Amino acid sequence: MFASIDLQLLLPALMIAATPILLAGIGELIVEKSGVLNLGVEGMMITGAICGFAVAVETGSPILGFVGGAIGGAALSLIFGFLTQFLLSNQVATGLALTLFGLGFSSLIGQSYVGVKPPSTAKLDLGAELPVIGPILLRHDVIVYFSLALVAAVWAFLRYTRGGLILRAVGESHDAAHALGYKVVRVRILAIMFGGACAGLGGSYLSLVRVPQWTEGMTAGAGWIALALVVFASWKPWRVLLGAYLFGGISVLQLNLQAAGANVPVELLSMSPYLVTIIVLVIMSADRGKVAMNAPASLGRSFHVSS
Amino acid sequence: MLRLEKRPQPSQFWTSITPVLAVLTTMLAGGLMFAALGKDPFLAIKTIFYDPLFSEQFASYSRPQLLVKAGPLILIAIGLSLGFRAGIWNIGAEGQYIMGAICGAAVALSLYPLDSFIVFPLAVLAGLLGGLFWAMIPAILKTRFRTNEILVSLLLVYVAEQLLASVSLGLLRNPEGGGFPGSRNLQQYDAVANRELIAATGMHWGVVMAFVAVIAAHVMLSRHILGFQIRLAGQAPRAARFAGVMPKRLVILCLGISGALAGLAGVFEVTGPAGQISIDFNVGYGFTAIIVAFLGRLHPIGILLAGLLMALTYIGGELAQFMLGVPAAAIQAFQGMLLFFLLAFDVLSNYRLQFGRREVA
Repeated sequence: MFASIDLQLLLPALMIAATPILLAGIGELIVEKSGVLNLGVEGMMITGAICGFAVAVETGSPILGFVGGAIGGAALSLIFGFLTQFLLSNQVATGLALTLFGLGFSSLIGQSYVGVKPPSTAKLDLGAELPVIGPILLRHDVIVYFSLALVAAVWAFLRYTRGGLILRAVGESHDAAHALGYKVVRVRILAIMFGGACAGLGGSYLSLVRVPQWTEGMTAGAGWIALALVVFASWKPWRVLLGAYLFGGISVLQLNLQAAGANVPVELLSMSPYLVTIIVLVIMSADRGKVAMNAPASLGRSFHVSS
Repeated sequence: MLRLEKRPQPSQFWTSITPVLAVLTTMLAGGLMFAALGKDPFLAIKTIFYDPLFSEQFASYSRPQLLVKAGPLILIAIGLSLGFRAGIWNIGAEGQYIMGAICGAAVALSLYPLDSFIVFPLAVLAGLLGGLFWAMIPAILKTRFRTNEILVSLLLVYVAEQLLASVSLGLLRNPEGGGFPGSRNLQQYDAVANRELIAATGMHWGVVMAFVAVIAAHVMLSRHILGFQIRLAGQAPRAARFAGVMPKRLVILCLGISGALAGLAGVFEVTGPAGQISIDFNVGYGFTAIIVAFLGRLHPIGILLAGLLMALTYIGGELAQFMLGVPAAAIQAFQGMLLFFLLAFDVLSNYRLQFGRREVA
C-alpha cells in the first residue's frame, strides 16, 4: 500500500498542500500576538481565493492574482478591524460574522467563474537537476518560497525589532502599552490587515495552484485548521511552519492512500485532517500551563481608553 | 471629536432597538448590493420581505413555509444562546444537527417497515441523543483537557459532513433506490413521517418543539437557578465561582442542551420537510442559527422573532431567486451583513456617544 507512494512526488505535494494554511496561520499569529482573536480566517481565505482567482483570470497573470487575493483578504479584515477596534464589538461574534459573510460574498462574486481554468503559475527552477534535493526543494512556485521567507521575517520581526516589541507589548497588556504612549488601536488594525492579507494570499494559492479552480466553499475548513495551527504552535513562528507541513503531509498522504485504493473507507481518510487537528489540539492543550503561558495575555479583550 | 463613554449598565432601550436598526440598515446596504448586481433594489427588497407574506400570488404557498424554516432555526438558536450567555461558544451546531438527523433516520430505517406508534418517538429520541453525543465531544475535551470548544466543535462539522456522505452512499442508502445516493424517503414511511399537524400552517412537531424550547428557556432564564448561573457566568465569571457555579458542569450542560436541541432539529427535518438523508441534506441551519441567536439578543422571545425574520429571508430569497434571478449566495451575504450591522450598532447599548474632548480631571 505504501510502496506505490513516491517520496519525490509526495514531498513537493506536501509543501504545496501546506502553503495555504502556513500563510493563513502565520498571519493569524501576528494578529493574536497583538491581542486580537480573529475567527474570520475562513471567510478571509475564501474571499482571497475568489478575488485572487478573478484577478488572475481577468489579467492572465497569476502574480497579480496573488496580489489581488491578499488585497481582498485585507479589505475584508478591515470590516473586522473597524467593528472590533472602533465599535468595540465582541471579537468571537465578529469573527464568526466575517466567516459567514465571506462564504456568501465569495460565492456571489464567484458565480461566473465556476468551471473556468486559471492561468497556470510558473515553477521556478533553482537547480532541479540536483539529485533528490532538486525535485523536492528547488522546483516550486514563488509563493512557496515567499511563505518560507515570511515565516523567517515574522520570526525576526517579533524577536529583533522595535516594531515586534511594540506589537507584543500591545498583545500582552494593552493598558500598559497605552500608558507608554503606543497607539494600541493603530497597531492592532495593522496587525489585523496583515493577517487578512496573509489569509487572502493563502486562499488565492488554494484556488490558483493547489486545486486550481473555483468552487463554492472550497476552503473547506482550512481557515479553522490555520487557527488551530496557531494554538499548536504555541504562538511561535517556526512551529507554525512545522505544524503546517505536518498537516500538509497528512492531507497529501490521505489523498495518496485514496488514490492507491487503500483498504480504509474514503470518508474516513477525508475526515482525517480534521480529526488529526482535533487530536493535536487536545495534546497541546492538555499540557497544562505551557500553552496558556504563551498565549498573549490580552488575547480577545477589547481595548477602551476609559476602561 | 466623537468619543465613546462606557455606560455603567447596558442601555435597555438601545439593546431592544438595535436589531430593528440593524434590519433597516441591512435592507439599505442589501439594496445597494442588489443594485450592484443589476437588479431593481426596491423590487428585490419587496420580493424578499413583503411578497412571501402578503402577495396574493405567493402567500398561500410561502406563509406555511415560514414556520417550516423558522422551526429548526429557533430550536437550534435557543440552545446556542444559553451557551453564548455563559461564554461557552458552541459553533458546531451544524454538525450536531447532521448527527441528530443521521441517528434519527438510522433508528427509523432499522425498524422499517414496522408500523407502530413507537417508531417516531424512538427516532426523535435517537436524534436528540445523536446531537447530544456529538456536542459532548467538545464539552468533554474542554473540561478534561481545556481544549478550545470553538475550534473543536467547528472541526467536527466537517467530520459530520463526511459521515453524512458516507451513510448516504453506504449504510443508509435506499436499497430500492437504484444505486443512487440517499436514504429511503421517510415521508412515505407512515410510522415516522413528521407531517403538518394543522393543514396549511407548516406546523410540524419540530415547530411545536421550538415553541416549547422558547417557553422552557424563558422560564429557566428568569426563574430557575441554572438560568441565574448561566447569566452570572457570562457577566462575572469570578463572582460566579463564589456563588457556587461549577464551570465544568456548566460547560457540559450548555453544550449538552444545545447539542440535544440541534439534534432534535435534525431529526424533525429529516423525518419531515427534507424527508431523506442525502449528501447535501444540511443547508446551513446550524450556522444561520448563530445569527438568529445574536439577532434575538440571546433572549428566548427575541430569538422567536429573529427566527421568523431569518426564515422570511430564506423564503423571500428563494422567491427573489426565482422571480428576479438574484443568486442564492446573495441571501447568505445578506444574512452575514445583518450580523455585522447588529454587532456594529451594539456599541450604542454599551457606550454613550459624546461630542467634544474629554475634560482632564
